[in-house]
Amino acid sequence: MNNDRHIISALVTNESGVLTRISGLFARRCYNIDSLTTCATEHPEYSRMTIVVRGDENDIKQIVLQLGKLPDCRMTGELSVNRAVLRELLLIKVQADPEKRAEIETVCRTYEAKIVDLSPESMVAELTGKPSKIDGFVEVMKAYNILELSRTGLTAVERGGSVLNSEENKTETV
Amino acid sequence: MKIKGAAAICKCLLEQGVDTVFGYPGGQIIDLFDALYLEKGITQYLTSHEQGAAHAAEGYAKSTGRVGVVIATSGPGATNLVTGIADAYLDSVPIVAITGNVPVPLLGRDSFQEVDIAGITMPITKHNFIVKNPDDLCDAIRKAFHIARSDRPGPVLVDVPKNVQQALVEYVKKPVAEPHRPPMQADVTDALRLINESKRPVIYAGGGCIASGASAELAAFAKRLNAPVATTVMGLTAIDTDSPYSAGLIGMHGHASVAALFAKADLVIAVGARFSDRVAGNRTEFCKNAKILHIDIDASEINKNVKSHAHIRGDVKQVLKLLNLEIEQKRDAFMLDLNAELKQKRPLPPCRGALSPRTVIDCVSDAAPDAVIATDVGQHQMWVAQGYRFRKPRSFLTSGGLGTMGFGMGAAIGGALGTGKRAILFTGDGSFHMNLNELATATRYNIPLTVFVFDNRTLGMVRQWQTLFYGKRYSSTDLDGNKTDFVKVAEAFGAKGFKLARNEDAPRVIADALGFDGVAVVDCAILKDEFVLPMIPPGKTMNDIITEIEDKNE
Repeated sequence: MNNDRHIISALVTNESGVLTRISGLFARRCYNIDSLTTCATEHPEYSRMTIVVRGDENDIKQIVLQLGKLPDCRMTGELSVNRAVLRELLLIKVQADPEKRAEIETVCRTYEAKIVDLSPESMVAELTGKPSKIDGFVEVMKAYNILELSRTGLTAVERGGSVLNSEENKTETV
Repeated sequence: MKIKGAAAICKCLLEQGVDTVFGYPGGQIIDLFDALYLEKGITQYLTSHEQGAAHAAEGYAKSTGRVGVVIATSGPGATNLVTGIADAYLDSVPIVAITGNVPVPLLGRDSFQEVDIAGITMPITKHNFIVKNPDDLCDAIRKAFHIARSDRPGPVLVDVPKNVQQALVEYVKKPVAEPHRPPMQADVTDALRLINESKRPVIYAGGGCIASGASAELAAFAKRLNAPVATTVMGLTAIDTDSPYSAGLIGMHGHASVAALFAKADLVIAVGARFSDRVAGNRTEFCKNAKILHIDIDASEINKNVKSHAHIRGDVKQVLKLLNLEIEQKRDAFMLDLNAELKQKRPLPPCRGALSPRTVIDCVSDAAPDAVIATDVGQHQMWVAQGYRFRKPRSFLTSGGLGTMGFGMGAAIGGALGTGKRAILFTGDGSFHMNLNELATATRYNIPLTVFVFDNRTLGMVRQWQTLFYGKRYSSTDLDGNKTDFVKVAEAFGAKGFKLARNEDAPRVIADALGFDGVAVVDCAILKDEFVLPMIPPGKTMNDIITEIEDKNE
């Protein structure tokens, strides 16, 4: 079975309980979520959810259509990985003894990660980028003792002028 | 105009055309019942249990096509609705459930009779509301009705805390929004090509044909294609059983003639049906030598269970209207002839006891052509689905998707009140025991209701599976120890009781029971080991159909 990652972007009503509705739908229909981010949009009435799921083309179609049936879901669509800007934010805390510190700083510079906190024995770095870049950075940082790590999950928008926020492109995928 | 929230709910109900509500009062909904008491345009029916009220709202909605309304209090009142709401969700029945809740300041504090009913019903409603702000109350009620009847219909719940019912709200009458219908798919060329190329088409009609009121269009479609129509349990009544175009029931307990007919088809046209596991037991093998054309209002049903070769998304009635214009009259009547021949050659397997459930069903079917028929769930339900001669759309109320034992009493009451006709409930002793408390409701309101209890002192359908697949280990299905006397039960509730034990008495007893002005219960003693046949075992195909069981218990 094809288990590729797909990115679904949904514009939903900005009300309490909507996240439960959406995550509940995923749980009961047995869809696997890799990550789900939700944030305010330029429009105070709506939030945008970016959901990374695994499945084959049919699964994804089903998910988009099932989401489309929720009255709270204004717009749903799959973002093509090739045509979207994908970003994720990482905060990572590593053990940074004085003799390792310079080395860690070099790694951070290479990945363009920003050091945002220092303590006598640890440092916190921040990195924004494509998930693959974040993965690579985390891999390298494993050489130093990772104390804590937090990733936001993926957020995404499509490149170019097309927008997923008007009534005209409401879910119609079949 | 500023009025109390509870009164505003009543005004909104009237606005939506509601004249009948079912429900049960309690501490947090007392204000709404008070407002209903003062509102002359709405009749309230009190049931014995909230579950009965929810099923009554369903029966009302299924039999009339209008939105059914059920009202209950917070906590246990609300949770008692859950089965009815889930039932409505799976069978796409438009109902609006209104529940009371504790006042907003007490929400979330585990107050007395507080549950998060919106959270509980989230997966079994199309949508639900918690109205925390009195200003949102009227629009929440309006939206609930709009969502319930739009697109693919279904249940909606509105949870109204007590202080919102008591608050003063601004009420201004608004026109009722037209139910939303998704636009019909524009490109139907693939569908037309499949139809035109087919030599041996069959139609597989589901509940969508009833919901969209498409019986006339379906009949015309069958005529144009010379194609027989098999219906699902939910699709029963979409076509007159006696019509030469009617093939019968499809599915796990469908007619053997239908299974044979579909095996010969080169095109299966699914109309408002969803290829559930009770029809397509094996999703990958289902009619795999035929092409499949799927017509449904719900885009997410297309390719969900069975992959189709072409599809048309849209309201069934509109789609069939269009197809009837676009397709040519087929000349070849091969499938119709085959249907007639197969129906002759493969009748329903007979029952064996001194009183056959099939005889009872046939007799009632002849004696009550205009009644609303309800069932509970189990063997009796399948015998009725197989054998009853349905003449009019919406005359059959059954729990198809959820398979709710205990559905029938409430549904029959709702059906009788919705249509003003006599309701007939076929039930089993198992199902009847679940909600026979609603006999009190039926007699209190003197509802014309005749109940036929197929009494085999066992949970027959489970027993049948135990006989076939579990080595006759009758775990928890034997009811021989039951001392229930259904005639006395009827009398205790103020109804009339009848006993029926032999086929030869059936016409007389049935005529007496149906002729009784009020509520009658007929205890029909049948054999423990009558089987519902044919049967396609779960997960199997039409080739695996069982038409007789040799190894009997006696």
